[in-house]
Amino acid sequence: MNRSATHTRSLLMERASELVGWRRGKRRIVLPLVALAVILLAWELTTRYSGWSAQVFPSPSRVMRGMGELIVNGMLLRHSIASLFRVTAGFYLAIIFAIPIGIVLGRVETLNLMLNPVIQFLRPISPLAWIPLAVLWFGIGDKPAVFLIFLACFFPLVVATAIAARAINPVFFQVAANFKFNRWETTTKVIVPAIMPDVLTALRLTVGIGWLVVVAAEMLAVRSGLGYLILDSRNALRMDYVMVGMMMIGLIGIALDDLMRRLVYLHPALQRAY
Amino acid sequence: MGHILIRDVCKSYRNRRITRRGSRDPYQPGETMRILDHINLEFCEGEMVCLLGPSGCGKSTLLRLIAGFDMTTAGEVVIDGRKVVGPSPNHIFVFQHSGLLPWMTVWQNVELGVRNVEDLRTRQEKVQENIDMVDLTDFEQHYPHQLSGGMKRRAELARALAANPDVLIMDEPFNGLDFLSHMRIREEIVNMHELLRKTTLVVTHDIDDALLMGDRIVVMGGRPAQIKLNRQLDFPHPRDPKKNAALGDLRDELFLMLGVSYAV
Repeated sequence: MNRSATHTRSLLMERASELVGWRRGKRRIVLPLVALAVILLAWELTTRYSGWSAQVFPSPSRVMRGMGELIVNGMLLRHSIASLFRVTAGFYLAIIFAIPIGIVLGRVETLNLMLNPVIQFLRPISPLAWIPLAVLWFGIGDKPAVFLIFLACFFPLVVATAIAARAINPVFFQVAANFKFNRWETTTKVIVPAIMPDVLTALRLTVGIGWLVVVAAEMLAVRSGLGYLILDSRNALRMDYVMVGMMMIGLIGIALDDLMRRLVYLHPALQRAY
Repeated sequence: MGHILIRDVCKSYRNRRITRRGSRDPYQPGETMRILDHINLEFCEGEMVCLLGPSGCGKSTLLRLIAGFDMTTAGEVVIDGRKVVGPSPNHIFVFQHSGLLPWMTVWQNVELGVRNVEDLRTRQEKVQENIDMVDLTDFEQHYPHQLSGGMKRRAELARALAANPDVLIMDEPFNGLDFLSHMRIREEIVNMHELLRKTTLVVTHDIDDALLMGDRIVVMGGRPAQIKLNRQLDFPHPRDPKKNAALGDLRDELFLMLGVSYAV
């Protein structure tokens, strides 16, 4: 009797803790939505009572209508894809160059002493400062935009990779030497996997930077992309479309970050630093 | 195989001292620190040697020289008539903290030991055999971070044994283990040594470990380090210093030599 009561209680407790877990999961979705609703409400009220015209400060409902229009006529999709393509191209180019260079700089002290000052000198120059040269060298179209994104991604990535490569636990190299790894094996089986967790973190930050720069890059010399959408809509005095463009940038930014965050699940050993 | 001769080995490190900022010459050659001073030792084939000494006395340095991770300043380490010039699968080092590659499973780590085996089937059999030997069956696909401290140590031991080296070098193999894992792995190392008779060098600072495991105990001490004692032990296993008077006497002698006392 007593025992069965205890049993029932423990079952109830289990159920309760499941509920708490479920509610905790739900809180992660509900609470941001609450904040969003409050902001939208404040926005709507401001536009309604501030006396600003809809041309200057469109209401959320108006922006939503604008988004509907742009979705229906396919412009939103077209511009998003154009921007994503440029970011992807520039980002991949940066990965291809930055990671091998970073590894070499991290492991070869002489080259690091030679090149690190050059990199540190170029790094703080905003990619936007390169716009005149980019247009001069690559003309108009996708190329200069991709180049700017490449620059924006390259420097943080090369620095992060070099730091990670330098910080590899020396024990791993002794193990490699003990089992007679050659240089190629040491690179692919020790260096690359050892820097992977740090590089993934850097990639996550870098893709955000690339996405930040693409909009600016698209304000020159191209006729597509979310940056172009914003610029073009401003020229047409459609502030609702401008805001749709901004929102889309934010949404895709969240999606990209989430995607990069999930990369650690590719391999079970990636979820911790070494 | 596995005869080791340490002939007149010295090891010095030069400290590069960085002086205060504003100094004209930021890098001055610092003083040279001599760690090992004319060390002469000989270990027989199949011997289990326990190196004892206070921390920082140069035990690990000596091991690294034998492993070939570091070069001697003077003198030489000779294994089976050949001078050690670098690391080799013939003398495998078991690291103080885990030397497993964390991005590889237990299986992949142990497989490193049999890299030179051409035939895939033989290779797989050897890997399995060594994993079974250290009792890690069913943990083949686990990553090191999913194992306990004791299991990691056993996995690394399996990897070392898979390479079938003549010499096994262990730097404080019980460091960081809980009491029970310590006892268990100590027993396993002794059993494995009885079975395979590989020359095994164990650095430890635990007098009881040395007494229970060693065929030979070498005590190092001083700065720079010298050999304080080099004694062969002829006691059969299992040993117990509480029951064997001679072993107990040696234990007292070692405590005295290391400048500590067991009774407080």
